[in-house]
Amino acid sequence: MYRYDEFDERFVRERVAQFRDQVNRRLSGALTEEEFRPLRLQNGLYLQLHAYMLRIAIPYGVLSSQQLCQLAVIADKYDRGYGHFTTRTNLQFNWPKLKDAPDILDLLADVQMHCIQTSGNDIRNVTADQFAGVAGDEIEDPRPVAELIRQWSSLHPEFSFLPRKFKIAVIASQADRAVMKSHDVGIRIVRNKAGESGYEIFAGGGLGRTPMVGKRVREFLPKGQLLAYLEALLRVYNLEGRRDNKFKARIKILVHEIGIDAFRDRVEAEFARADAFSDDENAELARISAQFEVRNYEKLSARSETFEAARKSDPAFAEWVAHSLFAHKVDGYAAVTISLKPVGGVPGDMTSDQMRFFADLTDRFSLGELRVTHAQNLVLPNVKQDDLHALWRELGKAGLATPNVGLVTDIISCPGLDYCALATARSIPIAQAISNRFADKARQDEIGPLQIKISGCINACGHHHVGHIGILGLEKRGQESYQITLGGDPTENMAIGELLGPGLAAGDVPAAIERIVGVYLDKRADGETFIETVKRLGVSEFKAAFLAGAQNEAA
Amino acid sequence: MATPLKRTPLPAILIANDLRIGDVVFWSQSGWTRDPAAALVAHDQPAADALDAAATAGMARQEVVDAYLIDVDVREGVPVPRHFRERFKTLGPSVHPELGKQAQFAAYARAAAE
Repeated sequence: MYRYDEFDERFVRERVAQFRDQVNRRLSGALTEEEFRPLRLQNGLYLQLHAYMLRIAIPYGVLSSQQLCQLAVIADKYDRGYGHFTTRTNLQFNWPKLKDAPDILDLLADVQMHCIQTSGNDIRNVTADQFAGVAGDEIEDPRPVAELIRQWSSLHPEFSFLPRKFKIAVIASQADRAVMKSHDVGIRIVRNKAGESGYEIFAGGGLGRTPMVGKRVREFLPKGQLLAYLEALLRVYNLEGRRDNKFKARIKILVHEIGIDAFRDRVEAEFARADAFSDDENAELARISAQFEVRNYEKLSARSETFEAARKSDPAFAEWVAHSLFAHKVDGYAAVTISLKPVGGVPGDMTSDQMRFFADLTDRFSLGELRVTHAQNLVLPNVKQDDLHALWRELGKAGLATPNVGLVTDIISCPGLDYCALATARSIPIAQAISNRFADKARQDEIGPLQIKISGCINACGHHHVGHIGILGLEKRGQESYQITLGGDPTENMAIGELLGPGLAAGDVPAAIERIVGVYLDKRADGETFIETVKRLGVSEFKAAFLAGAQNEAA
Repeated sequence: MATPLKRTPLPAILIANDLRIGDVVFWSQSGWTRDPAAALVAHDQPAADALDAAATAGMARQEVVDAYLIDVDVREGVPVPRHFRERFKTLGPSVHPELGKQAQFAAYARAAAE
């Protein structure tokens, strides 16, 4: 992973010292809450329902075992012994005290971590494919590009006070595993006909109260011109994005209102004025790439006899393998997804004991590096196939071997009204109820890949718009009420789900999911997944089943 | 055009977050308390105005942030917020019953759960 140089180190340390001074001035009364709020938010410190919340940046989802250990230390010393991985691949602590926040930031700085760009109307933590650098299907590693953007955007004087927050994702394969098209800007590393690599640029994607699929701005941008292009694009947004209405201030509204062609024309006109600095950017990208360590993979056979034998002799292991492995670019290795969705558990939560245990496994089995996924799971990117059986046995000891990645119980859920001051309803208990309802593993396998995503308010941190089944918690007549959508898709075929009908009481949600799943099981063609059936049939039959049941419940 | 101040329906209590800790606190006979059952209940407008004044003063003294009045039902002598959001705020995360006020103030949690 990326290692700090002296400038990175000094920058982060200075920020901690500044924040320590700001906290002291707040506690002494020299700063009012109004003055202090933007300062604490710039350091990832929010005020939630029950306590402050600290959001820690995990740039493009990459963590070292040492960093995970330090998060466990912070969880025990300054929090309540657990943390929560988010859909932005960050980590949140739910119980820090304001007076302790500077000490926590110092502990983070000790392991090259911080909370910068996890809040505010700036360019947020850049996300990437969780299999970046190891995926067999990628053109090149997208992490150095993500890091280039991170360094360029940190405290960027022109883009620190944008109309609204700004999210960028970088991927490097045809398959989109990072919901790239739901970002303000999505970047895909591609090759042109001449075989040169460059960037395909999307803009105007987003979820929230006005969900939009990102639209293509540039089919191919040569290497060396990315920052100039982003600068042009952000300048157009910064000047023309709507500051009159917070709900219309994201770039997606600008792109939608003027149209992608007009938007592209303005960006290209601005880009044409930019200084040519291709050589500089290429040199900088090369410097950053060199800060990522080179992995010395062993020369292994593509087929591991140890692995194949274990898979044959141990059905429980085979079951876990079926859902958890991703093809590694190097023969004899695998990238392994570890579910943070035990049946009935809190999606994305991890205890400090699990963190320490998992950090140890990361060292033993994955060259000391792990990843966080937007689906609130973890990845060990560099596991030898020979070691998979041993790894699985170890994971089981810490409750980390749930064989449900991508299945109906692998649910994305925002913190919702159990923690969040913005939430209109709870999310986690809904996830738990559905998870318990579908706990039977044979049934989960019968249903196959199905993504349920739950948000506790219209801001859509739980990605409900792109859930195959999406659930949105709202308030209706003084009660929590849940709207169900169908047909969302987070991949390269990104689609926004369609509302099935009126909101349901919390207790009626699992049965509604059953009815929807029932239509799929009844109508699916051979080998067809849930989302494929929905796309083939359209929503009407599902809607009828949903409404029929909803009426019975109301009666 | 100035929006007229929306008055909280009565009875009401004053809720806030402690500035240093972040914990939820309530205004009581003897200042800020962590115990929701000890919250001072305003049954009439003059008492509610006094709570408003306590909110302003508490924020000015850097004791609390985000102080505001919420309407409650008095159950078994205990003020329980009418709105579910505020009820969760006085209890703690429903998914972690071992955390928050629900763990510390069992009698209040029982009253609020009914």
